[in-house]
Amino acid sequence: MTFVDLFSLGFMQRALVAALLTGLAAPAIGTFLVQRRLALLGDGIGHVAVTGVALGLLTGTSPTWTAIVVAVLGAVLMELIRERGHTNGDVALALLFYGGLAGGVLITGIAGQGAATLQAYLFGSLNAISSADVWFTAALTVVVLVVALGLSPQLFAVASDQDFARVAGLRVRTYNLLIAVLAAVSITVAMRTVGLLLVSALMVVPVATSQQLARSFKVTLFGAMAVGCFASVGGLLLSAALSFRVSVYPGPTIVMVALAMFAATWPLGVWLRRRSRLMTPFPEVTATPHRSPVEHPHAHGDDCGHPAVPHGDHVDYVHDGHRHAPHGEHYDEH
Amino acid sequence: MSTADPAPVVLEQVSVSIGGRPILRDVDLSVGTGDTVTLLGPNGSGKSTLVRAVTGLLPHTRGTVRLFGTPIQDFTDWQRIGFVPQRSTATGGVPATVREVVASGRVGRRKLLRPTSRADRRAVESALEVVGLADRSSYGVSQLSGGQQQRVLIARALAGEPELLVLDEPTAGVDLPHQQALADALGRLKAQGATILLVAHEIGPMMRLIDRSVVMRDGLVAYDGPPLTQEVAAHTHHAHDHDDHHDHGVPGGHDHAPHVSSPLDFERGHHR
Repeated sequence: MTFVDLFSLGFMQRALVAALLTGLAAPAIGTFLVQRRLALLGDGIGHVAVTGVALGLLTGTSPTWTAIVVAVLGAVLMELIRERGHTNGDVALALLFYGGLAGGVLITGIAGQGAATLQAYLFGSLNAISSADVWFTAALTVVVLVVALGLSPQLFAVASDQDFARVAGLRVRTYNLLIAVLAAVSITVAMRTVGLLLVSALMVVPVATSQQLARSFKVTLFGAMAVGCFASVGGLLLSAALSFRVSVYPGPTIVMVALAMFAATWPLGVWLRRRSRLMTPFPEVTATPHRSPVEHPHAHGDDCGHPAVPHGDHVDYVHDGHRHAPHGEHYDEH
Repeated sequence: MSTADPAPVVLEQVSVSIGGRPILRDVDLSVGTGDTVTLLGPNGSGKSTLVRAVTGLLPHTRGTVRLFGTPIQDFTDWQRIGFVPQRSTATGGVPATVREVVASGRVGRRKLLRPTSRADRRAVESALEVVGLADRSSYGVSQLSGGQQQRVLIARALAGEPELLVLDEPTAGVDLPHQQALADALGRLKAQGATILLVAHEIGPMMRLIDRSVVMRDGLVAYDGPPLTQEVAAHTHHAHDHDDHHDHGVPGGHDHAPHVSSPLDFERGHHR
């Protein structure tokens, strides 16, 4: 059997569809979490959802359903703790993280299941996805995308300034809970492909990658979704290709692909930010004394390599700590 | 607007408690249509608490707060109010352009799941014009200076086309040229007939806009009348100011912006 033959297999097709949907949904919600500086909320919900999966294993019901219920409850609880708490909010969240993970592992043991069963949920699994799961994933993705993109003006306002949004007449708490619930839903969506412990990476890393190059929220949001799709589909294919030789989980591969994309764009982002700082126009200040250097052997121009920074009605060429403005035959020090 | 319209802000015997501690006690205040009123007073005097009560961010324990004639608990016309919160940064965890931040000010007027309308775009453009940032609309907010970011926040409030603008310390940490730009923006608004309630620490170039000053001290209104500068406001109630106000990270009780060059401040130094 070759790599290409893999695509004729039903479970591989299902996994690909699930990965694509996950790659779309997780970064869409992730962008709003990062905007609110709650990048780790997804991680917390993922930990809590482990208990949900374990409860499913214990009671013999579908772990996806129990995971959704517990994840949504956990997300709402975390949001309420965050809203009430001031200084100890993060400690309360940490308690919930560890409680969720420990409870999950404990209950799985009580259910008489080994760590291997849980592992498929913790790190994702290719062949665990049934066609019912795919439909379920698709439906949840549609819900997440419709809400996240359709309500983006409201969610953006709430995520960037709660006080302002409240005075503008928005129900801030409802929107905060909505974000938390959507995060819980998209985490359960991603559970099958990336796994609960790594799902938060798919919410945060694509956003971090996208904002290296983007300057606007809109571009960051859609860029993150593109990065998420590429990382999850690419990671899945990579893990399938590697699986001929070694046993690799799709989750870690997807996350590593996303991180590699971040690593590739980061230097570019650093360079872009440095350049935009350098090229910020100088303030126009009137009545500066007229100074000109004695001799200036270099002729500045469009392609002389020195940044030409706007300054009022002309440009200053920046080099070696000087700002040289062309003035007739010579340069003025600005 | 006709003179029969109810005043944008009316407070009658309003008390506000935070965590059971009474902060504002029996405050009466009214801001008429088209007025520009400054709230002055040292840190901890209740200026910001008053603003948060007026904007509905804090519940009041006694008295009535009326906005445009409606008790605040029944008030739903929030798009008539524009709010510029204190010291909030315009930047979030994700980059956003100036235009995007300003456009989020339309959120009170937008219907759910509807695309941006032409009216939305026009309001955003004109808000950017008023604060003088129209040429920076595609810049990332984080690329702007603190004073420019403050103007972005004012433009965001203006984009909602409010009749009443409430600003909580818009000049904090803003240098003089940018304070001038801020004052110019507020002057243009005032000329358009907006009502402005402004909490200020330093008035500076705003002085010529102001119709009335209200001085808060320890949760009470200590003065309500013709405009005062911050220095006069601070010294009018100087005798009581030493012990009972709360400091917020400023050691030595120097709550007011220090104006070392003024003769009053010089004398005050000797008294201590």
